[in-house]
Amino acid sequence: MLGNFQPHAGDYVRFLPEILLTAFGIVIMMLEAVSSEKNKLRLGVLSLIGIIAAFFANFWSYSESGPAFQNMIVVDGYGVFFRGLVLIVGFLCVLTSFSYLEREHAQSGEYYALILFSLVGQCVLATSSDLIMVFIGLEISSIATYVLAGFLRDDRRNNESALKYFLLGSFATAFLLYGIAWTYGLIGSTNLEEIRRVLDQGQRPTVLAGLAAGLMFVGFGFKVSIAPFQMWAPDVYQGAAAPVSAFMSTGPKAAAFAVFFRVFMTSFHAINGRWLWLVWGCALASMIIGNFAALVQSNVKRLLGYSSIAHAGYVLVALTAASQIGVAAAMFYLAAYAVMNIGAFAVVSHIAARNERHVKIDDLAGLGRREPATAALLAIFVFSLIGVPLTGGFFAKFYIFQAALNSHLVWLTVLGLVNSAIAAYYYLKIVVAIYMREPSPATEQLPAPSASFRVAIWASALGVLFLGIFPSAVLSFASASASALR
Amino acid sequence: MSLLWIVLLLPLAGFFFLLFAPRDSKSPFFITLLATIVTFLFSLELIAPAIGNGAQFSSVIDPVWIHSPGLTIHFHLGVDGINLWLVLLTTLLLPIAVWASELMIKDRPKNFFALLLLFEFGLIGVFTALDLFVFYVFWEVALIPMYLMVGGWARARRGPVAVKFFVYTMLGSVFMLAAIIYLYTQTGSFDFVDIMNAVGSGHVLLSPTQQLLLFLGFFAAFAVKVPIFPLHTWLPDTYTNAPAPATFLLAAVMSKMGAYGLLRYSITIAPTGAHRCASWIIPLAIIGIIYGALLALIQPNIKRLIGYSSISHLGFVVLGIFTFSQQGADGAVYQMIAHGISTGALFLLAGYLEVRRGSMEIADFGGMATPAPGLATAFMIALFASIGLPSLCNFIGEYLVLQGAALTHFSWAVWAAIGVILSAAYMLWMYQRTFFGRARESVASLPDLSGRDWASVVPLILLMVWLGSYTQSFMPPISSATAHLLEQTSMNNEYRVKLAAPKPVQVAEVTNAR
Repeated sequence: MLGNFQPHAGDYVRFLPEILLTAFGIVIMMLEAVSSEKNKLRLGVLSLIGIIAAFFANFWSYSESGPAFQNMIVVDGYGVFFRGLVLIVGFLCVLTSFSYLEREHAQSGEYYALILFSLVGQCVLATSSDLIMVFIGLEISSIATYVLAGFLRDDRRNNESALKYFLLGSFATAFLLYGIAWTYGLIGSTNLEEIRRVLDQGQRPTVLAGLAAGLMFVGFGFKVSIAPFQMWAPDVYQGAAAPVSAFMSTGPKAAAFAVFFRVFMTSFHAINGRWLWLVWGCALASMIIGNFAALVQSNVKRLLGYSSIAHAGYVLVALTAASQIGVAAAMFYLAAYAVMNIGAFAVVSHIAARNERHVKIDDLAGLGRREPATAALLAIFVFSLIGVPLTGGFFAKFYIFQAALNSHLVWLTVLGLVNSAIAAYYYLKIVVAIYMREPSPATEQLPAPSASFRVAIWASALGVLFLGIFPSAVLSFASASASALR
Repeated sequence: MSLLWIVLLLPLAGFFFLLFAPRDSKSPFFITLLATIVTFLFSLELIAPAIGNGAQFSSVIDPVWIHSPGLTIHFHLGVDGINLWLVLLTTLLLPIAVWASELMIKDRPKNFFALLLLFEFGLIGVFTALDLFVFYVFWEVALIPMYLMVGGWARARRGPVAVKFFVYTMLGSVFMLAAIIYLYTQTGSFDFVDIMNAVGSGHVLLSPTQQLLLFLGFFAAFAVKVPIFPLHTWLPDTYTNAPAPATFLLAAVMSKMGAYGLLRYSITIAPTGAHRCASWIIPLAIIGIIYGALLALIQPNIKRLIGYSSISHLGFVVLGIFTFSQQGADGAVYQMIAHGISTGALFLLAGYLEVRRGSMEIADFGGMATPAPGLATAFMIALFASIGLPSLCNFIGEYLVLQGAALTHFSWAVWAAIGVILSAAYMLWMYQRTFFGRARESVASLPDLSGRDWASVVPLILLMVWLGSYTQSFMPPISSATAHLLEQTSMNNEYRVKLAAPKPVQVAEVTNAR
């Protein structure tokens, strides 16, 4: 079996989304060299087409689900769900970027190509079933994202953001790699199923396996920005361009969580007594640190950065539940979080004006009078982030805490819910600004919203409401595919 | 299509219709008025089946809402004697609020009307929900428009007041959410009727500790909403600063959400917990009655005064519920309706005063009866109703509560009665300073109630008299429903084993749903 490395045709179908994204990315890079300044926007449109093509290829691959390339990747419902999710994230972020880059005079094919490459890495992460693929996917995704974070290279804040993200990201990757090496030394394989099989036999010292899991936990912890590995998140999200922050806080995070869950639920499930308490503590710490730090922020991007730490904490609650309902809840949560957070960041990027001068909460004042539609949609995103019923954010939270109570995590549930009530306080500052205050200079001279921006926020808002009012379809798919991790 | 669907969805349809209405014209007002009046007319149709059905739920709708492996939630709504009058109170007061808003809200009226419709949708949902998940959803849905109304149109300190209101309520309701989910993990259902059936037939047995935790979870949410002393601190700020129509709705209907929840869910799902906690809830209720009245006595602001009196009156409702007696429960429900109408009318009239004078400080008035005798008369009637003068509505509710309390524990009734005396004192004193005496120059030329204003006040006055003088129109369905409810509270408690063969609890009548 080892002798035959010849891939099958089916392998290519399972890998088609990644192939398409790469091909479109390369084509865009080449066209970039020959297109004039005016035509750069077309490259963005081309990247959208690439994402849509990959999205359909993702559907096709689902009908051909199974392992590919000698078990290096596996296409299952779980992988397909997250591949689809990051593609939607990429699509919405590209749409948001159009007018933003126009305003900053930074319209460029490279930007769109980088987004596509980053998506390739996230797609690989979503479907990897081998630690080597996990590492490769993480690197492809991260390196492209490091560049994106510093894309406006004349902007000091962008530079700071990129450098911070890069240094801490590499640091995290080193931990992860060390954990992988340790696991390989202990088990003799990097395949997730194989690791599970060996650990289930119970002949390996669980202390060492626990240490390996701990090292990988640190690596993933950095990537998904959970406490105590969260310090970089607010700085990076504040410094990067708003559409990039939208992307970083949703796409790479969702993919990293996908593989986080897959590794811990599949491979290390046998020794979960050794790491669950750690997850319990990190979940609580993330919620508390994220929410309390956000209470005093005046910069909307920074506020959303801290809130993303808190939301990562809620997702960790689902991992603490260590059950199939927990996995399904996390899948649903990440989907809901993606649409509501992108929507919120998109509105911020609309308000920001050139050089992002207007990103304070005060700058949102009076938006309800100037642009009622944008304001109403922002209110929907914010209410969803709070977790108000009939929005995706509520149902996601509800489902996570249901999973937690099913696993008898009463204290974590109560503390998590109290946290979400405290969080209402800082999210409401945004609503207060847009509806209960007189217009600020920023909203007074707001340019008319561009068509692409409108499509992006309307699509996000519909996503939020769809997940909140008709969650059955996504929920059924998530529950059905969560079993892949057993 | 079931009747309840129509009553529930008409306001929502009106809301969406309104979104497309032109901003600067009369049309938002007419659309909203039409939607709320038609909703009211349809809701009248709910009465006959509810009365005919005794303690059973009528006009039930029960389609599947969320269905996935391991989680099925029905959109289960229904009407019985307890929530029937609350729904009607809501649908009746909404057109009045719309009518008054047209006069009182000059800034962005379309937005305000849209929020009113959304609010009505949420409230009807809260009062008719028979599924705990659905109940929680509506509970929060009703909160959002009220939060935006309070914040967007408040007189002063817009942001802080609205945020305080929201965060207080939210902090309470997350505990309820935890309790609801916990109950689901124990019983496998969110459906109130199913849960009560399972408990009644002995399939599910909740231990006293579990019941205590469940009860406290629900109680946290409801106590903030009622509000029960000492969780009332959000109320005076909110009532005082909110625009008049919002205060009217807050006091008249929204404050009933908490009391309704206590009666419907807390004491039935966790009766042992409720019986245990009654020993400290009743003192809190009595403290609320007296404390609210004492604070009302010294308020210099009319709205704030009525706000504190509201805390006092709602203490009676809580007291009635936790006596676990037939009279107490009947009185509590009756008092909810009566308080809705009398306090609602007071806030509405206060709103008319505010429109005229631009202020709510008692010191700014004096001798209002001279320029505005009509307003003074209407205010007097509402005030007497609120004090509990016999033949007006509050008397019945408070009397029944006091009787229930006296039969259970005589000293409770004595203490609570002090509140009745005090209410006469602060109300009459306020009335005297506002309306009697020589008309001051600043008020001498203020206009009386116009015909248009009377149109919103007269229905309330008629209802005060009707509710106060002919209880037979309202009481029978309430009594049969509360009797049934009290029967449920005697199940699933520590003495459960002594009962011979518990009866099956409820068979919901499903009218062409599913």
